[in-house]
Amino acid sequence: MRLKLEKRPAPSTFMLIATPIASVLLTMLIGVIVFDAIGIAGERAVIDIFLTPILASYKWQDVAVKAAPLIIIALGLSIGNRAQIWNIGAEGQYVLGALAAAGVGIAAGPDASSLTLIPMILAGILGGAAWAAIPAFLKTRWDVNEILSSLMLTYVSFQVLGYLVGGPWQDPNGRNFPATAPLPEQLTLPILFQGTTVHLGVAIALILPFVFWLVMSRSVFGFQIRVVGSAPHAARHGGFDAKQTIWAALLIGGGMAGLAGALEFTGSLKAVNLGFPSGYGFTAIIVAFLGRLHPIGCLIAGFVLAVTYVGGQVAQTTVHIPNATAGIFQAMMLFFILASDILIRYRVRIVKAKGAHA
Amino acid sequence: MTTLNRRSLMKAAGAAATLSLVGTAARAEDKIKIGFIFLGPIGDYGWTWAHNKGREAVDAALGDKVETLYVENVAEDASAIPLIRDLANQGCKLIFTCSYGYMEQTLTVAKEFPDVKFEHCTGFKRADNVATYNSKFHEGRAVLGTIAGKMSKSGTLGYLGSYKVPEVVLGVNAFALAAQKQNPAATVKLVLIDSWFDPPKEAAATETLINLGCDIVTTHTDSPGPLQILEQKGLYGFGQGADMSAFAPTAHLTAIEDIWGPYYVQRAQAIVDGTWSSTDTWDGMKEGTVVIAPYNAAVPADVVALADAVQAGYKDGSYDIFTGPIFDQDGNEKVKAGEIMTLEQLASIDWFVKGVESAS
Amino acid sequence: MSPEFIIAAIVTIVGLTTPILLAGLGELVTEKSGVLNLGVEGMMLMGAIAGFAITAFTFNPWLGVLGAAAGGALSSMLFAVLVLQLNSNQVATGLALSIFGTGLSSLIGNAFTGRIVPQFGSIFPAALAKDPIWKLVFGYSPLVYFALAMIPLTAWFLKSTRAGLILRAVGENDHSAHSIGYSVTGVRYAAIAFGGAMAGIGGAYFSMVITPMWAEKMTAGRGWIALALVVFAGWRTGRLLAGAYFFGFLMWLELFAKANGFGNSLPFLQDIPSQVWAAMPYVMTIAALTLISSRGNVGASAPACLGKPFLPST
Repeated sequence: MRLKLEKRPAPSTFMLIATPIASVLLTMLIGVIVFDAIGIAGERAVIDIFLTPILASYKWQDVAVKAAPLIIIALGLSIGNRAQIWNIGAEGQYVLGALAAAGVGIAAGPDASSLTLIPMILAGILGGAAWAAIPAFLKTRWDVNEILSSLMLTYVSFQVLGYLVGGPWQDPNGRNFPATAPLPEQLTLPILFQGTTVHLGVAIALILPFVFWLVMSRSVFGFQIRVVGSAPHAARHGGFDAKQTIWAALLIGGGMAGLAGALEFTGSLKAVNLGFPSGYGFTAIIVAFLGRLHPIGCLIAGFVLAVTYVGGQVAQTTVHIPNATAGIFQAMMLFFILASDILIRYRVRIVKAKGAHA
Repeated sequence: MTTLNRRSLMKAAGAAATLSLVGTAARAEDKIKIGFIFLGPIGDYGWTWAHNKGREAVDAALGDKVETLYVENVAEDASAIPLIRDLANQGCKLIFTCSYGYMEQTLTVAKEFPDVKFEHCTGFKRADNVATYNSKFHEGRAVLGTIAGKMSKSGTLGYLGSYKVPEVVLGVNAFALAAQKQNPAATVKLVLIDSWFDPPKEAAATETLINLGCDIVTTHTDSPGPLQILEQKGLYGFGQGADMSAFAPTAHLTAIEDIWGPYYVQRAQAIVDGTWSSTDTWDGMKEGTVVIAPYNAAVPADVVALADAVQAGYKDGSYDIFTGPIFDQDGNEKVKAGEIMTLEQLASIDWFVKGVESAS
Repeated sequence: MSPEFIIAAIVTIVGLTTPILLAGLGELVTEKSGVLNLGVEGMMLMGAIAGFAITAFTFNPWLGVLGAAAGGALSSMLFAVLVLQLNSNQVATGLALSIFGTGLSSLIGNAFTGRIVPQFGSIFPAALAKDPIWKLVFGYSPLVYFALAMIPLTAWFLKSTRAGLILRAVGENDHSAHSIGYSVTGVRYAAIAFGGAMAGIGGAYFSMVITPMWAEKMTAGRGWIALALVVFAGWRTGRLLAGAYFFGFLMWLELFAKANGFGNSLPFLQDIPSQVWAAMPYVMTIAALTLISSRGNVGASAPACLGKPFLPST
């Protein structure tokens, strides 16, 4: 008896939706078993990581604020991934977006009007897009692998950040600590619900998926991206320009990451310091996959990943596991979702082996 | 297999339901809760380890009246905010945030919880319910400088630091000035590695300092890595934040130990008594916050006497390393003879003294 | 500069170089087989904690290194099963492995912070390394010699053995290799495992040799430098060795300039911010990659199947 894969005539919609859910559940289950095995209260850890943020209402605002950048970055990345363009430098584009916004804020000065927020956020989008334009240029001009160039640029961006916040943009009243001055009150994003930390960026993150959905399903551009990704040869026949697609995919990915960085800076952190890159750009790759590269999927998956972040912190206080442990769960989810991809296009059949070896 | 899986899931769901109940119902405990936000793991044998010892001192002294909670490995970014808020939501009446990088986050949460008191370590921004506290680590550096200045054969000392922040600048200056009292020709080679924690870089920087002629290297970063290098090379160094002699039994001459216990107990007591107010505390050897670890047998008796004299001087107030004349790296007189630098000057210092060799 | 000084500087550079050389060599072989594994940082950390933990239990650093290799290789198998058996996306799977390894090593390492373990003794009689000049030859950790020996061995394997030829064929044209009858999947499993084991040993160099202790995320991003190194070297073993030492030299130069090693003779070097030093390997890698991609005549190219899943047509 052995397992055999059989190609499905059409991708299974059921599997498309069922596998992400199964991945999350499997991750929880394995978490309980593994954590128990290494002597940590597994059930408690898994409950704290996956359920407490949902059940405890005072945690909701944290989840929403964490989810916002993940959703926004993932939206941009899924466009690229659909076109088979692998931008893994979103973390760097996110950092550059925040820096560009911070630069505009610093140039405007502490007495700038609150309208300055608009150019700050636009600068964030441009900053992220500009950073992503480097791999786009290298790819279209010399066919430089965008996976490698965008990854390398992420590590360069951390140094740009370190240089600016420890040098020219350092808070003059900050006693030499490497950080920009905190934003003046009027240059921070409005809070949506008084008494919480839920800022305007969360609303943007809730609206954007629907905009992307509309654009991707209704416009020629959306069609082009899908065709280029699934059938490059056909795309060339249809007159779609491959280079144009590369530019679009990377600029949109970078712009979204930059937007997320600018929103996180003006909405949550209010200053840029060395701790600014916290891995959202990498986690958003998980979000994009868990969301099946669909805008609404990204919205849901962004919340799931945000729950694990917030839950990881809960578990830190309750079962005293390191912060990085949340990463184990995030990675496991991605492992399962990637592993189950195959079920969408193939069907698993149990076949009796020929001969009598069984 | 399936039954086991289903059972653990059921258990998980059941426990979740209980948890949500616990979350809403008030705890029937009348002990006052005190929370701690830690930068590293409590087992880091350095900064966080020392703060955790302080927390344990609170448990030991006031265990019948207070209960302590802590979170370790808290990054110095926005993710600290929900964790600080968590402690407040769990009913903590006093919360210590034990690193500079929690400054804005502490103030943000303090605004949301006016009835909870906060204590921010090494910061300089206060509010009605936010106090700050710091330690005069540089008093310990003066003791280390005295030992290093006397024991160094080359007269070239190494200093491995993180960033050019006042705490590090003060440490470098105190170390250099104290060494020059023993050996006027002593110089201090300084490397700032732009990180608090990067063991391989700390190790390579230590090796480089040794290669440039430093026979004693002191560190102002968080890992015991540099001491291990000094041990391998048969040279000397000092522990940072805690007694690190276990990592380098021969090289470890002594260490500056951060002792937060007395302050934490005093502030916890103030909460119990209802007398807490927002203050700015900067304690040192006199108050027992800065303590010098036992000396290694390699420290000769005359050097021990000199080091003890510095300690005694700080304890009775007769000694201050920042007494003029003090010159900066370019030879400009920054402090006139007989003058002593004020606390305000110390807290915002950004220049190195003469004899410190650094790249910028 | 005295000979003693230069020798000591070289010893420091060797220490900075060896871990990225080990991890880079492993990744080079993996990539030669057509697989891009971005999980190097995670595998290094898994190796670092496995090596440290095994040494803590057995008091034998040699067993520790074996453990580190096993730790790295085992974690790489997670990646291998996904990308080879289930054709998952290599980029995403590799990133997940990095996140996973960072988390798992932190979790396991929690119990080992502050522990002290026995270290390697010198493999040569101490008298041999006494003289400074001979120290240059005999004064290192065994892992340094291992790394240096693995370079020609790997070069020979890739160039002159049948197995190496097959490995390269699989990386250049998996379908042809498959049609001739070689197991593409089998070869790639082996290459990924080798990459994992070497990354694990590279990680152990941090936790067992440079600073024998465990600390969360102690590799501090060297896994990404190792990835850059493979590209910088244009997927060639000789250039990998040179590139690793070049990167190591840059890291040393930064510290040396900061410690005022040049006095005031080279002021421009002192004034370079540390961020420029830290960014240099990555910027140079992008430049090298651009050069390799734009011209065919630099004697290097990426394996043709790098990063692409193998889907046999049958």
